[in-house]
Amino acid sequence: MRPAEISSLLALELRLDMRQRHALGGLLLYVVSAVYVCYLAVQKLVDVPVWNALFWIILLFAAFNALSRSFMREDGGRQLYLYTLVDPRSVILARTLYNALVMVVLSFLSLGFYILFLGGDALAKAEVGQFLLVTLLGGVGFAAVLTLISALAARAGNGLGLMAILGFPVVLPMLLTLMRASRNAIDGLPWEMNDKYVLWLLAIDALTVALAWLLYPYLWRD
Amino acid sequence: MRHWWWKVLCVLLLVYTAVVGLQTPLGPGLVHVDPARVDTGLVEIQLTGYATHFASCTSGNHVWFEKAGIAVCQPDIKAISDNTILVKVSPVHSTSPGMWSIVVDNATDGPLRLADAVYINSDGIAMTAAPCGMMTDNSSPSSFGPQFPNRSILNETIRNLFFHVPMWFSMIVLMGIAFVYSIMHLRSGSLDHDLAASIAVNVSLLFGALGIITGSIWARATWGGWWTSDTKLNGSALTLLMYLAYVILRGSVPDAHKRGRLAAVYNIFAFMLMLVFIMVLPRLTDSLHPGNGGNPAFSQYDLDDSLRAVFYPACAGWILLGIWAYNLRLRYGRLNALLDENESH
Repeated sequence: MRPAEISSLLALELRLDMRQRHALGGLLLYVVSAVYVCYLAVQKLVDVPVWNALFWIILLFAAFNALSRSFMREDGGRQLYLYTLVDPRSVILARTLYNALVMVVLSFLSLGFYILFLGGDALAKAEVGQFLLVTLLGGVGFAAVLTLISALAARAGNGLGLMAILGFPVVLPMLLTLMRASRNAIDGLPWEMNDKYVLWLLAIDALTVALAWLLYPYLWRD
Repeated sequence: MRHWWWKVLCVLLLVYTAVVGLQTPLGPGLVHVDPARVDTGLVEIQLTGYATHFASCTSGNHVWFEKAGIAVCQPDIKAISDNTILVKVSPVHSTSPGMWSIVVDNATDGPLRLADAVYINSDGIAMTAAPCGMMTDNSSPSSFGPQFPNRSILNETIRNLFFHVPMWFSMIVLMGIAFVYSIMHLRSGSLDHDLAASIAVNVSLLFGALGIITGSIWARATWGGWWTSDTKLNGSALTLLMYLAYVILRGSVPDAHKRGRLAAVYNIFAFMLMLVFIMVLPRLTDSLHPGNGGNPAFSQYDLDDSLRAVFYPACAGWILLGIWAYNLRLRYGRLNALLDENESH
């Protein structure tokens, strides 16, 4: 596991995705459609808890959709090729990093569309800095938790269905903490009320990345 | 007798739990007050007790109302039966309207207290502190043998403590076993370790389901609903979801070695996140459940010695039963694996 390996793997991911832009476009379209469906269903949302919950649920599904792709394109040959070249731990770290990057961009785009369609009235009293920080942590956190699950589902040879079944229970601690933290931020509570949630989020991120780092080599072998 | 002593111990402990846990009588307690609101004039309220001796106690009863350190004696009382007593609320001076606790005291039962039992609106009645004959804790209750405490709301259902709570302990122990075997499987690659882990998960799911069922019945009896949106309940439901997902993951991979590895990886990941969940969740929300959000935990002061004398053996017994069930299933699984091997040769 060398930094150079990780950065070249990151560059590889980016190049592959740039080559298949329709995949990224598909993600964006998924989010926009989800937000638009919510818009058609509720028109304008003023109620803060519902606004908050809906936002995170949309983001959660977007995350599942985005991250389930992560290991799908690995067919046998490419897997073997990568296996001979690099350390599996570099692969999982690079994937997690790349997914975190994608998820952060996707989170902020979703937030933009969400406010555009459903209105940002709920944010009237919000601590915007805190809310954006929580959104950022949310994107990173989903990527951290779900990357290993995505690898598991892909290795089990059963795509999105298994990913959802395996992923929902393990992502829930993160999701509930996120909802609470962003709720506090929207309500405009001072930072002292929210810092412990942010610390919890960081702790869960660290734990899941460490577990992925420990466990991925076992998934990788066939 | 050498290697199966613990099975004998398990049976003895569970028989003890069932017999003592269900046969020990409940101590006396006040359960009901009617009406629970006093507005104007002279009002007669009826107190209902459980396992009390209002009428048969020869030395008579004392009833007083309490609020914020003030005690107001109610001299005009009449014990109708052992379990009912009528109190004429006399006009007395009161400082402010509010909830008053009721205490009934006699020599047999000792002082029985129903906290915040009655709302007295002092606009209608003025309460004067009348001198009360014996307001101190005069009597040591003459109980006959061990009794379980009679907690308000819980009442007889307190016995479920010996069945509901140990289910979770058994479940966690079995999940711990599965976790250890998953790690061992990743290190060794041995299919036997994988078998042990998967069987521990299966048996722990059984205990989890029993925990949910006993808890649901208890919740219906005490909180009034089969399911409440409660941290502990959601946590346990989530744990079961995780491990059901584990079972489904196993089912969807045909190759035994690959299945073992994937399942072990998921088990380790899920177990660690479950621990995080158990730590995080109670800090996010309040809970009706004992031990959360200001509710008394059994270990703090609710669990008195008579309960402890059954609760600890019950926990040990149920955990041993879990290990026993796991042991049987594992041996059966190993025999099946052996059979498959022999057939394929």
